[in-house]
Amino acid sequence: MAVTFKNGGARVAYLNARLLDPESGLDAPGALLTQGGIIADLGPRLFADGVPEGIETVDCAGRCLAPGLVDMRVQLRDPGEEHKETIGTASAAAAAGGVTAMVCLPNTDPVIDDVAAVEFIARRAREVRGAKVFCYAAATRDLNGTELTEMGLLSETGALGFTDGTQAIANARVMQRALLYARTFGALIVQHPEEPVLAEGGAMNAGEVALRLGLSGIPPVAEVIMIERDLRLVEMTGGRYHAAHVSTAEGVAAIRRGKDRGLNVSCDTAPPYFTLDETAVGDYRTFAKVSPPLRAESDRAAVAAGLADGTIDAIASDHSPHDQDSKRLPFAQAEFGVVGLETLLPLSLALYHKGEMTLLDLLARLTVAPARILGLPLGRMKKGAAADLVLFDPDRPWIVDADRFRSKSKNSPFDEWPVQGQVLRTTVAGRTLFAAE
Amino acid sequence: MTRAAAVPVVPFPHRHLLGIEGLSADEITLLLDLSDTYVAQNRLADKKRALLSGRTLINLFFESSTRTRTSFELAGKRLGSDVINMQVAHSSIKKGETLLDTALTLNAMHPDVLVVRHPESGAVQLLAQKVECAVINGGDGSHEHPTQALLDALTIRRRLGRLSRITVAICGDLQHSRVARSNIHLLNIMGARVRAVGPPTLVPRVIERLGVEVFHDMAKGLKDVDVVMMLRLQTERMQGNYVPSIREYFRFFGLDYAKLGAAKPDALVMHPGPMNRGVEIDSEVADDFGRSAIQMQVEMGVAVRMAVLDILARNLPSQAGSND
Repeated sequence: MAVTFKNGGARVAYLNARLLDPESGLDAPGALLTQGGIIADLGPRLFADGVPEGIETVDCAGRCLAPGLVDMRVQLRDPGEEHKETIGTASAAAAAGGVTAMVCLPNTDPVIDDVAAVEFIARRAREVRGAKVFCYAAATRDLNGTELTEMGLLSETGALGFTDGTQAIANARVMQRALLYARTFGALIVQHPEEPVLAEGGAMNAGEVALRLGLSGIPPVAEVIMIERDLRLVEMTGGRYHAAHVSTAEGVAAIRRGKDRGLNVSCDTAPPYFTLDETAVGDYRTFAKVSPPLRAESDRAAVAAGLADGTIDAIASDHSPHDQDSKRLPFAQAEFGVVGLETLLPLSLALYHKGEMTLLDLLARLTVAPARILGLPLGRMKKGAAADLVLFDPDRPWIVDADRFRSKSKNSPFDEWPVQGQVLRTTVAGRTLFAAE
Repeated sequence: MTRAAAVPVVPFPHRHLLGIEGLSADEITLLLDLSDTYVAQNRLADKKRALLSGRTLINLFFESSTRTRTSFELAGKRLGSDVINMQVAHSSIKKGETLLDTALTLNAMHPDVLVVRHPESGAVQLLAQKVECAVINGGDGSHEHPTQALLDALTIRRRLGRLSRITVAICGDLQHSRVARSNIHLLNIMGARVRAVGPPTLVPRVIERLGVEVFHDMAKGLKDVDVVMMLRLQTERMQGNYVPSIREYFRFFGLDYAKLGAAKPDALVMHPGPMNRGVEIDSEVADDFGRSAIQMQVEMGVAVRMAVLDILARNLPSQAGSND
C-alpha cells in the first residue's frame, strides 16, 4: 500500500481542533499539520504563535479531529454487480461516513481468489482515488468451501486476510487446514460464524417474532456452535482467527472465554447488532433482513456490553448494498444485508451518548483496533502516520435520509432515524474527499 | 339491493383481510353473525344475490388449492360478482415476473377484490401494498389463513353455541401451519383456551408465547377438551425430517377413538382438509357423523367467504363514480 504523491508537500493546518487519538489516549485542544499524505505534526501548542504563510488552514471550530475510520467489513459488489455498488460509489459513501480505509469481502463476481483479482481491486481503487480500499481474498477457491486458495501469493499481493465472505468455512477439516496453512504467512482467517445446516432456509432470528410471522428461524445457537468449534481449532493450530459480526450473547461469551484462555482471536460487530433487535423486522421489513439476523433484545444488550468491555475488538459497517429488486420480495426470498458506510459513525456514537463507552474507547473500535487486527499502520493520529482524518461533531443531531446516500443502494433500516453525530470533513492521504455543506 | 338479514352495523375499518391478528372480538363477531345469515341463504334454492353485481373478483393462487379456491369462487358468484381464477406456478414467478409485477399487471385490470394464496409468508401483505383493490389472504406461507379460522369458528359456534370458555386442542404440525396461527389468534381473541399438541419438532416450546398450552402427549393434551382440531401433516415433513415415519406418527399423534376418549364425550372433531386418512386422522373418526364437523366446515367456508366479501365490499369505492 505504498502510496506516492506527486505534489509531495502540500501543507494543510487544522486549527482549533479537539484532537482525539485513541491509540495514545490523546484528547486535547490543539492543531494538526498534514504534509502531502502524512501527518507532519500535531499537538496542543502547535501554531500557538500563528500559522506561517503559505499553509492552507482549516478551522475546526472546536470539533473532534480523529483518525479516519477503518472499516474492516464492506461488500463492494464490484466487479460483478455494479448496479448495486461500485468502488467509486462505495468510496464516496465511505468519505461521507468518515471512513478512510475499508476492506472488501471476496464475494464479488468473479470471486477474489487469485492474484489478478486482488490487483484489479487495487487498480480500480487507485483510479477512483477515494478512500483506501483493501481486500480479503477467499479462503477457498471460488468460495467452494473445500480447496484452499494461494494464501502466500495472495498475501504478497496485498490480501489482508482470508474469508469465505458471507458464508461460513463450514467444513472443520478445511478450517483446520486454513488456520494451519495461513500461519506460514501470519495471515488472518476471518469467519462468518454460523453453522450452515442449522441456519439453512432461515430468514430471521428463531424465536417468537419468526413464529408469529410464519418465517423459518436461524437459531442463535448456530453462531456459538461455530465459534466454539473454531476456537478449538485455533487452540489446536495456533492460527490467527477473527469472528465477523458477532450477534449473540452466547457468541460474545464464547469469544470472551477464548481470549481468557489466551487464544489469538478477535471479533467485530456491526451497528445493527447493537442498535436493533428482531422486532425491527416488524411486518416483514426486508430492510431489517441481515445475516446473521437481528437477535433478541438481550443479545443486543450483550453485544453492546461486549464492545464496552473490549471483548468485541472492532465495529465494522458490514456494508451490504442491495437494489430494490433484491429487497422488494416476500421476506424469505429477499437478500440479506443493509448499507452501513454512511451511518457507521452516528450509530456507533449512540453508545457514547448513552454513556456505555467513552468517546476514545468507541473511536478505538472504529480505528486503531481494526487496523491492528489487519496489520495496517492506519487508524492512528501521530507524527509520520497517514494523513487519514475525520473531523466530526459528536453531538449534532440529524435525520438519516437514505435517498441522499452516496451509495448506489439505499437498503437501510435506519432511514428517517434521528441520530447524533455528524461527519464534517474526511481527509484521505492529505486530500479532502468530503466536506459537509 | 338486497342484504341478507338484519345484522347490526359495526364499523369494519379494514380495506383488506390479511390476517386474524389485529382484528377485534367485535369485528370477528360481526363477520360470524353475517356468515350465519349466508348459511341460511345458501340452503335456499335461489342462492344468488346481486350485492357484488358488476364487481370483479380475481382468485390469484400461487399455490395449488381446490377447496379454498372453489369456496371463494362460489362465494363470489353467489353474491353476483364476476370471478376469474388465475393459477400461477410458483416456479415461473421465481424465474421471470416478480410478485410486484404481477400485482401491478392485475391492478391495471381494475379488479375489486383479489384473493391471494402464496407459498411465502408475508407475500400477500406485500402485494396488498401495491394494489388499489381489497385483498383477502387465502393463505400465505406459514403465516395466516384468516378465512379458515373464521369458518372453523363459525362451525364451533354453531355446534357448541359459543367460543368463549371452551378448550380447543390443535394437534399436529403447528410450526408450519398458517391454519394453526390464525386459529390460535382467533380463539384467544374470543376467549377460548387453546392447547397445542404434537411432537416437539412440530410444536416448538416458543409457541407458548402465542398464548397456547403445549403438550407432547395426546392423552394429556386432549383431556377434557371441547374441540379437537387436527392439522394436515405435509408429506415433505414426514420423511425423517420432523417425524421418522407415518406409522410412528399415527401411533402417537394420529386421532383415533382411543385418543379421542380423553376428550369430552361430545367433543367436536375438526380438520381443515384435505385429510391424510391414516396419518393424522383415522377414517372412522373422520367419518363419524356425530363427532366430525369436517363436512360442516366446508359448508361454513362458503358462507364465511360471502360475509368477508360483503364486509370488504362496503369499504370499496362505490360504482356510481362518486368519490366516497
